Amino acid sequence: MAGTAVRGRLRGLTWQVATVDEVVDETPRVRTIVLDVPDWPGHRAGQHLDVRLTAEDGYRAEREYSIASAPGEPVAITVERLEDGEVSPYLTEELRAGDGIELRGPIGGYFVWDGEDRMPLLLAAGGSGVVPLRAMVRHRQRTGSEAPVRLLYSSRTLDDVIYRGELEEASDGVEVVHTLTREQPPGWGGYARRVDAELLADVAWPADDGALAFVCGPTSFVEAVAEGLVDLGYPPARVKTERFGATGR
Amino acid sequence: MSFVSRGFKGRRRDPEDPGRVPPGQYVTPDFPVLSAGPTPHTPLEEWTFAVVDGDERTTWTWEEFLELPSETVTVDIHCVTRWSKLDTTWEGVSVDTLLEEAGADSPYVLAFCDGGYTTNLPTEDVTGGKAWVAFGYDREPLDPEHGGPARLLVPHLYFWKSAKWVRGLALREEDEPGFWETYGYHLYGDPWREQRYAGD
Repeated sequence: MAGTAVRGRLRGLTWQVATVDEVVDETPRVRTIVLDVPDWPGHRAGQHLDVRLTAEDGYRAEREYSIASAPGEPVAITVERLEDGEVSPYLTEELRAGDGIELRGPIGGYFVWDGEDRMPLLLAAGGSGVVPLRAMVRHRQRTGSEAPVRLLYSSRTLDDVIYRGELEEASDGVEVVHTLTREQPPGWGGYARRVDAELLADVAWPADDGALAFVCGPTSFVEAVAEGLVDLGYPPARVKTERFGATGR
Repeated sequence: MSFVSRGFKGRRRDPEDPGRVPPGQYVTPDFPVLSAGPTPHTPLEEWTFAVVDGDERTTWTWEEFLELPSETVTVDIHCVTRWSKLDTTWEGVSVDTLLEEAGADSPYVLAFCDGGYTTNLPTEDVTGGKAWVAFGYDREPLDPEHGGPARLLVPHLYFWKSAKWVRGLALREEDEPGFWETYGYHLYGDPWREQRYAGD
């Protein structure tokens, strides 16, 4: 394992100016930014990148964002506006097509899925934690992988569901299971509570199936899902997590 | 390069204490959690801490560990994901104490942990009063989410070096990359030089 992940990365990650190609409103608080990156080395599903903003007086703020697009697609990030944020309000409200934006990447090599094996995939997303998992779903579709996928996606309300239309159209072999924790529309037939052991036991592949799990969301969500999967018999090494706490401001 | 982000003003112009916040970091009152997998829960009666020097292994049980002289330190911590947290208070055993008790000496150490996580450090960065194996945070037992029962605390380096759920130090003659270092993060990780990734 050692030595393989850094292959091709020896010259380091340099900042470059990308151009915003398009912005797409996903929900009232979430926007996808599609980028034209002149010198992009390619990325893997699940990786992230660094964004750097510079004000006229030289003040800078940096944040990292998961890459929302599949390998081979134009680089895109999906950003949730945080009310007390410094960077996310700029990215979701000010930035528009044609603007330049500095970034570098891709970063990370553990929370990635390359689609090379056919083991079932369990993706568990809390809120905007769906972003790197969406890259994996798209990657599966683009490569024709036969790994069966279940995406368990926890949102506050139906309006908060990111990529809703796209997920509704997900192809054969991809099951999307929603839970809405705060408010449900009339006639809602899905789950309506935070993920707990029972819900997880309903949705997760049986531990014997040898599934690989990727869990991304706020800490409380990730803790509940990751520990719940271990309780169901998933080996800890088959449960990969990525969390965001106060990050992303 | 003099790129300017059109329309970006930024919120903070006067960090509380600029000399305490490394470049590219912002200060948060929260204590975010980051880890690559499920939180391990090793029972304390099965917990040991080990200094491993080739075939020699010096170990402490949890009870023995708590009997070692401990220190309370207040330090600033800096995560590679860009949050910094000021004035965090920890209780732990100095790594000096552990290496002295083990009679161990080598140029590098590799910290190893429950869950298989590892991270590499030069010995001079974990000795001389610069690093601890911490079991208390904010005057309480260290929470499992934050690395309890015990984690490494090396506050002058990015916080991934302060390995959670640490179970020992293996002495090394060479600087052998640990978990995140293998995935492209910097071998050393000095926040003041923004050594986030390999090549920085």
